[in-house]
Amino acid sequence: MDAKRIIVCDTEKCAGCEICEYICSIFKEKTINWSKSRIRHVRIEPTFDIAIACRKCEEPLCVKACPRDAVIELEDGSVRIEKDKCNGCGWCIEACNFGALKLDWDHKSVFACDFCADLDQPKCVEFCPYEALEFTTLDQVGHEAGVKAFKRIIEELG
Amino acid sequence: MKGYAGKFLRVDMTTGEVRADVLSEDVARRFVGGYGFVGHTLYNEVPEGADALSPENVLCLWTGPVAGTTIPVSSKYIMGARSPATGFIGFGIASGGVGSELKAAGWDGMVIKGKAPTLKYLYIQNGNVELRDAIPYAGKTTWETEELIREELCDDEVRVSSCGPAGELMTCLANVTNDRNRQVGRSGMGAVMGSKNLKAIAVRGTGSVEVANLDELVEFSRDLYKRCRGPATEKYRLYGTPANVLVHNRLGCLPTNNFQKGTFDHAEMVSGERMLETLVKKVVACPSCPIGCDHINVVKDGPWAGTVSSVDYESLELLGPNCGVDDLNAITKAVELCDTLGIDTISAGVTISWAMEAYEKGLITSEDVDGLDLRFGNAEAMVEATRRMCLREGNLGALIADGAARAAEKVGQGSEKFAMVNKKLEWGAYSLRSLQTATLGFATSVRGACYLRSGSYQPDVKGTVDRYHLDRSRGKYVFDGENLYAIIDSLIICKFTRGIYKDNDEIAKILRLVTGFDITAEEMIKTGERIHNQAKLFNVKFGVGRGDDYPPDRAFEEKMYDDVNDGAIIIRDEYDEALSGYYEERRWNEEGIPTRELLEDLGLDTKLGV
Repeated sequence: MDAKRIIVCDTEKCAGCEICEYICSIFKEKTINWSKSRIRHVRIEPTFDIAIACRKCEEPLCVKACPRDAVIELEDGSVRIEKDKCNGCGWCIEACNFGALKLDWDHKSVFACDFCADLDQPKCVEFCPYEALEFTTLDQVGHEAGVKAFKRIIEELG
Repeated sequence: MKGYAGKFLRVDMTTGEVRADVLSEDVARRFVGGYGFVGHTLYNEVPEGADALSPENVLCLWTGPVAGTTIPVSSKYIMGARSPATGFIGFGIASGGVGSELKAAGWDGMVIKGKAPTLKYLYIQNGNVELRDAIPYAGKTTWETEELIREELCDDEVRVSSCGPAGELMTCLANVTNDRNRQVGRSGMGAVMGSKNLKAIAVRGTGSVEVANLDELVEFSRDLYKRCRGPATEKYRLYGTPANVLVHNRLGCLPTNNFQKGTFDHAEMVSGERMLETLVKKVVACPSCPIGCDHINVVKDGPWAGTVSSVDYESLELLGPNCGVDDLNAITKAVELCDTLGIDTISAGVTISWAMEAYEKGLITSEDVDGLDLRFGNAEAMVEATRRMCLREGNLGALIADGAARAAEKVGQGSEKFAMVNKKLEWGAYSLRSLQTATLGFATSVRGACYLRSGSYQPDVKGTVDRYHLDRSRGKYVFDGENLYAIIDSLIICKFTRGIYKDNDEIAKILRLVTGFDITAEEMIKTGERIHNQAKLFNVKFGVGRGDDYPPDRAFEEKMYDDVNDGAIIIRDEYDEALSGYYEERRWNEEGIPTRELLEDLGLDTKLGV
């Protein structure tokens, strides 16, 4: 299995600036409109911030939930919304456990992250001023967490 | 017209009528936005002699052209009205998401008049605008109000600006809070909301923010984000503004015990460094902010365990060292009380320090302060005094709720001399006698005692001038600072980003990219001068004169001795001279009234000129 790269948010670094949302709408919709962003910032007061995009689930519930077969799973694990089939019913939004999909108010459709497929990395990751976003695999995230934990032990043991 | 929504709301609280009005391009070009629009609106629309807390007063809220764009820290908004604290122009700028959300909803701002028969809140969802019942939120804290309104509207993305109980009580110093930690702090805008029976403004926008040149704006923003992560903003990122505590202590300009001294023996105990180490749980940012100056404290133990608040330098300093308090937990608690119950922390700190001095000097009795042991350094008494002040509770609350100047008027006996105010508004956290150019700038500011209108402490702190003396040339620093800051406050961008711009032309470039207006740096600064004079004209309309541009008597009458200063004092003749120099620079007469010639030159109403 090819490791899937997803957008991972380090919640310790994320300050909730929402620049990812601005940038996403600019590069995807050619306008500044954070409600059209494919990545969603969530703040839980007073001290928790995270940005969430598609997790490339193994068996995506959003695909299963769509009554019109408008949510298509692609080879890289992301999903595409077939706009001509989609009527914006929003079952996919309900089905997603992460809140990674967003309603497109103007077109009775849904926004889903395509990870800026034609670029090396998603624009939100490129612009994130806090370096909280990373385009990486879960294996790599696990590995880095291990390295970090081990470094801490080494430091503590001197 | 790009950058602007092109329309604003007119709300009549008395009749409940809400209608759209057009923002003209002429006004946009001449006044830019934010602060410029506040001055323009208030000068033209507040009737002569209108009491600040009467239905005749006008409360306005404006964004600027950059709100909702990618420009760093551009999500700001400003609220303005005739100030109940000063009687002159009142306004405050807050970050958080209200400004950007309002722009996305399709509005540049709003002008609110009258008084509702019962408590209401204004709900704006794109083009749908209505006044809704806020009686269930009467007496609620600002944080509760935000949460409850989101719950009622079933929308967690609604941004809410609300006043607390202090605003409902029309306390002169009441503030407005949004996004929990951001405040329209100074000059009593919360009280004006209260006087209109307006508990909150809730905004949700899903529209696009149109700019003239999106591609270039994004590339410029990318560059600016990098600069925002560089040395110009490092202290804000690392420690937040409390980084200034030790810096100011070393310079002898950290107000201590009601500005009696400029150094604090326990400064280390309340430093930004110590706060970061012991209390800061998280750094949070406002929308579009790559800096993240907002440091959220969580108190872990002791009598105030569980307290959460965002503590900045001014709040920390004035509720801390200026009250002789060296306990960061207590300071965090007092800030939480101010933010939730709805009083400006600066005014709270300076008013309580006045009460402490009056109490120590025996000018007010134990009965006046409800038996509190209100001595400098008593952290518990400071916290309790803050609570009473916010809720106008007990004898102490009744005495100090409306600030140091009004409390001193009641007490008399010379206590007016150490009420640290200008235009009846409490002084910012910069010592007067050891930063004398700053003092000139604060005292001449249109809002009163204001550290944010000109950055006039910079030549003092940088050592460009002799900070222990004044002369005729100092007005130039204030003049230059005010004109530039008028633009910053009208765009509106965060002052913490001012160091990232190479020159004024880069700021003009923002205006060009966003609005498409062809404007040079020079024209922009001239516009800043117009904006400042428009605000000044409002004050002239309400009777401002030379006497209103002086610091409190303490600065002239008591020498300051501490670890750094050996008898620092402001010489009155020097101040007079510097003040005249400032007026001359501004082309105002000796009473500080703009000349007709100047007003004509700036394209402003010449009626009140001389």
